[in-house]
Amino acid sequence: MEIELPDKSTQLAQTTAEAVARRSYGKLVAFLASRTHDVAAAEDALAEAFASALAAWPANVCPDNPEAWLLTVARRKFIDAKRGDRFTESATGELHNMDEVIAAAPPESEIPDQRLAMMFACAHPAIDASVRAPLILQVVLGLKSDMIAAAFLASPAAMAKRLVRAKEKIREARIPFRVPERDELPARLESVLDAIYAAFSEGWTDPAGTDPARRDLAEEALYLARLVTELLPEEPEALGLLALLLHAEARRRARRTSAGQFVPLDRQDPALWNENMVREAEMMLRRAGELGVIGRYQLEAALQSAHVDRCRTHRPNWEAVVRLYDAYLALTGSPVAAINRAVALAEVDGPDAGLQALNEIAPDPRLVEYQPYWAARADLLARTGSHAEALHAYDLAIALERDPAVRTFLEQRRAGLPRVME
Amino acid sequence: MQYMLLAQLDETQWPKLTKEQQEQGTAAYFAFTESLTKSGALKASGRLRPSSDSTTVRVVNGKAQVLDGPFVDSKEQLAGYFLIDVPDLDAALKWAERCPASQHGVVEVRPLWVMTPAAMAAAAGD
Repeated sequence: MEIELPDKSTQLAQTTAEAVARRSYGKLVAFLASRTHDVAAAEDALAEAFASALAAWPANVCPDNPEAWLLTVARRKFIDAKRGDRFTESATGELHNMDEVIAAAPPESEIPDQRLAMMFACAHPAIDASVRAPLILQVVLGLKSDMIAAAFLASPAAMAKRLVRAKEKIREARIPFRVPERDELPARLESVLDAIYAAFSEGWTDPAGTDPARRDLAEEALYLARLVTELLPEEPEALGLLALLLHAEARRRARRTSAGQFVPLDRQDPALWNENMVREAEMMLRRAGELGVIGRYQLEAALQSAHVDRCRTHRPNWEAVVRLYDAYLALTGSPVAAINRAVALAEVDGPDAGLQALNEIAPDPRLVEYQPYWAARADLLARTGSHAEALHAYDLAIALERDPAVRTFLEQRRAGLPRVME
Repeated sequence: MQYMLLAQLDETQWPKLTKEQQEQGTAAYFAFTESLTKSGALKASGRLRPSSDSTTVRVVNGKAQVLDGPFVDSKEQLAGYFLIDVPDLDAALKWAERCPASQHGVVEVRPLWVMTPAAMAAAAGD
């Protein structure tokens, strides 16, 4: 069945093209690129195909299967571009079989989904770790490099250059588009998950959600995490990451008052949490647990789950939280986890024990410029009555914080300290 | 796809090894080369003499300047190479991991330009 377009058909063509782009962009890029390793050429061909779609669809009718239509056009553009670029083409050894590999059409209805294989290429250990997340956002979701640059606080020119360089590396070093074998999968999957997590965290650097580019990034990361669990349903860490992101996203609205003030977890109103997301997160975590292999994302999600449960039931579960941090710390050695463990320990054994634990990790040079370390320290010092030291720690925490809402929150805590004789 | 595995080693270490250790080292390289040959991936390989035996040549204003020593004077030096032909980077990285040089030094994996007649014509501005 074909859909007749109304007079204002340009708009409809655009809407249809956008809908297809959202659903199929990564699939089509992956299909074209996995056969040639040439991500940039696949992207270019697809961009031209989308432009053709906008021009062609209003005049005629919207095709029955827009995805197949786009692939046919993109494949032709791809081959044309390769023909015009003899040097690259022959240099990558593709000349003789380019037509065949690209023209070997799948049945129109079922374009194979090679997005996961493409994500493994983008997060390959031979690709610089800092560009993996931007690369996945671009090639799987079609995000513009300007937007990615804004989210990752890089200059547009520098980000564009790094993306081009990474795609060149995939092509010229012939990084395979393949889901790794069983024995390699856990390590390689970790770098894919890390990249998705990095994309999500960048989305969070605008926690108030006032910058649409960043808010979208959190949603895109969630989409990617879900995609990985759909394509690899038996991987506990993929489920763990999805659970973690869902928990974090569920509380987005509760983290700020309507006036934009920061609300710490224990003061949040659970009624503001997105109940569906919390429920889905719990379900994912359970499924992961049934698979019987623990990992860092499952532990992080389990910690979120424990916090959510405590805030809802008002039943302290700090012993369990400390045990989860112990396991997490043993697995990752992360100084951030060590700080959170110290804070949890203070709830079990008192602020002195918490401070003692903080002191044990204090030699780590990475902590000197880390706001949460100083904020945790300030709070514990205040609770032990060391007000002068607490004041100093709050000063450092405030100076290191980028987010104005959190800064205001810390300033209020600092102002709440008893006056100290200078 | 061709890749060059470049073995970068601290060349001060070899002379410090006992005779027995040196024999073991040589045997490990021998076995590695053997398995590369058997797999059909090996195109060429070679072990380089110490960089102190090296000489560099550079033509400046039409005149050859010949200097004693390696191009880069660092502790780690190119000590040997394996030219292999494998399907993709992952296959090349697997061989690099099995190369004895990755145990006591670094193996750099470098893809080669593919020089087909068409590419050479294009490079020549055909």
